[in-house]
Amino acid sequence: MRQQAVILNPKDNVATALADMRAGATLELDTGERTMVIKLNDPVPFGHKFSLANIDPGSPIIKYGEAIGIATTTIQPGDYVHVHNVASARARGDLAGGAK
Amino acid sequence: MSFLGYPRQDGSVGTRNYIGIISTVSCANDVTWWISQKVKGCAPFMHGQGCCCTKPDIDLTTRTLISLGWNPNLAGVLVVSLGCEAVLADVIADGIAKSGKPVEKIVIQKMGGATAALAQGCRLAQAMAAEASKVKIDKFDDSELVLGVKCGASDTTSGLASNPATGAACDLLIDNGGTCIFGETTEFIGAEHILARRATNPQVAKKIMDIVARMEKRAIDMGFDMRGGQPTSGNIAGGLTTIEEKTLGAIVKGGTKPIQEVYEYGERPQGKGLFIIDTPGREPEFLTGLAAAGAQVIVFTTGLGAPQGFPFIPVIKITANPITYSHLSEHMDMFIELSDKAGSGITQAGQNLYKEILTVASGKPTKAEKINYGNFPNIFTIGPVM
Repeated sequence: MRQQAVILNPKDNVATALADMRAGATLELDTGERTMVIKLNDPVPFGHKFSLANIDPGSPIIKYGEAIGIATTTIQPGDYVHVHNVASARARGDLAGGAK
Repeated sequence: MSFLGYPRQDGSVGTRNYIGIISTVSCANDVTWWISQKVKGCAPFMHGQGCCCTKPDIDLTTRTLISLGWNPNLAGVLVVSLGCEAVLADVIADGIAKSGKPVEKIVIQKMGGATAALAQGCRLAQAMAAEASKVKIDKFDDSELVLGVKCGASDTTSGLASNPATGAACDLLIDNGGTCIFGETTEFIGAEHILARRATNPQVAKKIMDIVARMEKRAIDMGFDMRGGQPTSGNIAGGLTTIEEKTLGAIVKGGTKPIQEVYEYGERPQGKGLFIIDTPGREPEFLTGLAAAGAQVIVFTTGLGAPQGFPFIPVIKITANPITYSHLSEHMDMFIELSDKAGSGITQAGQNLYKEILTVASGKPTKAEKINYGNFPNIFTIGPVM
């Protein structure tokens, strides 16, 4: 049966939903190396991400096997992962104190 | 494999056979538009630059307009000047004429105004279009193709399927001896180390790192988090959280081949293979950069539905978002199926796209050509408007 989410690299700590998912949905996912079961804590729209692991604040979010940003709060497996709990590490003029 | 095209004096091959009506400056745009709508076989190039800026931008605009005139899809060029602008119409016309194609020029202030310029411009454009119609279409090897690739209004489906499929098509073209051009330096931020590993030599690797650092510094100097501008609010709604995530999904559209060289905006890559042009990601400027670099066909992936083509280049729109494909069918040329297994189906999708590229190069109109959408590109500038 077609999976409802895709994991792009075995190193990833997030998966991408391939359909609109409701909170409480239980998914069996192939990481490319093993099978894992994740229960969603939040609704996750089509194309958006959810966590596969415990991620501490300041730790990298990994997709495509590469860092795509930094967790700003504690993220649990099954949590919705997006701009509310992930910051970019790049082009941060707000942190660099550039000309305002 | 082969395609049907139009041979040019400099040895290049056009996939279309237009007379380019090219404004030197924004003040000439109305006349350019009028002529292009009046004379069959003409394509306008209008933009917002050409005056009241610093020398680097005058040079950049001049170089870009000359390179646009060289694009193989143009059989001839009519340069439309106001007369008092900072870029010099004679320099642009002479620069284009070095390609060997016919070039004419009209100057609105010298001719007594816009309507007089329109009348003379139409006569010149009509004569050139009549000559261009005599160019015999012929069969050419696909190694003559220069493919530009672009992603816009991206969502997560872009990185999952439409960009990887485009990358597979790029790899096929380069294996067949052709040329691919990509860019959108903003969307290298977070993956420059991956691209630099594919450079053919350390100098090219350093250039890749340098253009990303330069682009990121421009954003940082504004004093804000770039998020919201890049990735855009639309990208974020589509599931892309950071520029790094957008980047990692974006760079795959250039395929996997060695990167031969990095060029400045408005320059024309020399040789075959995969090249980078240093450009921002925004459509009006980037598509012009691809056209100036000599692309005869562009593949443009989209998630949320970017509609634009380019006045004289067929732009193939592909999406892996099923909602966008059905909802925006008047803009979408091709659908790529999403897979639940990473990388699955991409080779076949790339082969299908490659066939479509050759068919479009041979004359099949794209959706953007059919509804004539994409007449308002622009030229990238780096300094202030003054």
